[in-house]
Amino acid sequence: MTFAFHASDWLLLAPELFLTAMGLLLLGLSVALGKTKEDFLAFLATVSVGITGALVAFVATRPERATPILGGAFVVDNFALFFKALVLLSLALTVLASARYVGAAPYPGGEYYALLLFSGVGMLFMASGNNLISIYVALELMALSSYVLAGYFKAEPKSTEAALKYFILGAFSSGVLLYGLSLVYGAGGVMGLPELAKLLASASRSNLLMLGILLILAGLLFKIAAVPFHVWTPDVYEGSPTPVTAFFSVGPKVAAYAILARIFYVAFAKFHADWGFVVALVSAATMVLGNVAALLQSNVKRMLAYSSIANAGYALLGVLGFRTEWGLWGILIYLLAYTFMNFGAFTLIILLESKGYAGESVSDFNGLAKRSMPAAVVMLLFLLSLAGIPPTAGFIGKYYLFTAAMKAGYAWLAILAVVMSAVSLFYYFRIAAAMFFTEGSPAKLKSSYALSAVIAVCAVGTLVIGVVPQPFLEVLKSCVLGR
Amino acid sequence: MIGPIPLSHVLLASGALFAIGVAGALLRRNAIQIFLSIELMMNAANLALIGYGAALGTQQGQIIVFFVIAIAAAEASVGLAIFVAIFRHTETIDVNKINLLKW
Repeated sequence: MTFAFHASDWLLLAPELFLTAMGLLLLGLSVALGKTKEDFLAFLATVSVGITGALVAFVATRPERATPILGGAFVVDNFALFFKALVLLSLALTVLASARYVGAAPYPGGEYYALLLFSGVGMLFMASGNNLISIYVALELMALSSYVLAGYFKAEPKSTEAALKYFILGAFSSGVLLYGLSLVYGAGGVMGLPELAKLLASASRSNLLMLGILLILAGLLFKIAAVPFHVWTPDVYEGSPTPVTAFFSVGPKVAAYAILARIFYVAFAKFHADWGFVVALVSAATMVLGNVAALLQSNVKRMLAYSSIANAGYALLGVLGFRTEWGLWGILIYLLAYTFMNFGAFTLIILLESKGYAGESVSDFNGLAKRSMPAAVVMLLFLLSLAGIPPTAGFIGKYYLFTAAMKAGYAWLAILAVVMSAVSLFYYFRIAAAMFFTEGSPAKLKSSYALSAVIAVCAVGTLVIGVVPQPFLEVLKSCVLGR
Repeated sequence: MIGPIPLSHVLLASGALFAIGVAGALLRRNAIQIFLSIELMMNAANLALIGYGAALGTQQGQIIVFFVIAIAAAEASVGLAIFVAIFRHTETIDVNKINLLKW
């Protein structure tokens, strides 16, 4: 492996470098300003994410991005650009949804936004990671920032407890992942994914290599919260500040899917017969457990946590279907849809919470239709989309994923997924019934501009992808991996 | 160069370290002991990387270990800060007694 650094590399790294610089600036400002001018910091964070988005768009137009940089460790293909856009979208939504929530909390907001941006930098590097070590370092940058974010409300026992659980289980899983990396490294002394693919194409199956692949899979399944590595999810989602929960449910998951897809599509495709079986079992267990456990929850954050576990199970179908284009399309369109609909649902909880209602229990949604018809209708849209009812984004995503599973020869899994989607209707309907058919508090609901904007963006995204999916699918079809 | 130590011995030692780390992380109930067990898992990976690097005749394995050491240090600082924060609430870091949220 030769390593050379060219001037044009700075150009391709511009979005990441800019976001890092802004994160450091926010950290410095947070020390200087303390608990004042929070609105300005939120504004600065929003602008930073926006400019980073513009830089990503600029990088997309550069011809230099055809070759991987940094010794092959950093690649800016269409796949990476798609995930960068998705990561920045979830980052921007989080910053906007946090503004009022964080402003009202007695902790310096600058630290919060800085950690959010650092976590975003980690995710941007994950999207571009083309080398097991750069992927691992990026993953840790994202994860370490997330642990602190989970415990950001440090005077709240629940929030610190969420941070502790997230940290212990997260560190454990990254230890497992790292050991897997070291075993795979031993198979041929290469860390780059294309080099690994080349090496493994002629390598024979060895037990240590299989163990390495399985350990890497286990470490990544933890990040996407698949059974049996899901136990942290409900606790962390319930205990963390709600905007952070909303962020966890989309950003880090999306980035983890980016590396899961890249590693298993590119490097380990040859041993599909070995890991495919494991992924199929995990996917089935995840769908069943996520949906059944969600039925039993009375806390909406916990219910959505189990629903997001179930969603991780659906998206794994796309990893299984990697032999046809449908697998990758399914993952991409589903994650796009999932970002809009899941973030939207969590934003509704923030809306209910920030006006003196707990907003976390299903009964807090009682009579929402009377208090604010638009809020209830939009929440219904997100719930329908999560359940996969047409014409919403969730339906398009599930259609592609389930087709991918059929085409990959996992018909039983596709049927199970359809059945489990039907089960999920029960618990989504409980929230809908509470909103429309139950009497609740008569107090009017007041939103802020930022929150309304987030909800509007999520609602438009959910609806537009569902009604006119064609333009989005065209974009996805330019994203190719491996093969 | 490892010299006279064969790769298989290094891998056995590393595998044993990893197994001890996993067992410790799953069985211990004190957060700091769990964290130390996780450090053991990471160091098992470091040992395997160095052993493989030496056996393959490259320095890459050792270079990767530097990244891992740096990350382990960052993880320790975040982890210990979280332990201090939780100790202020509960006066304990026994994970069985930290149960506001059902595990």
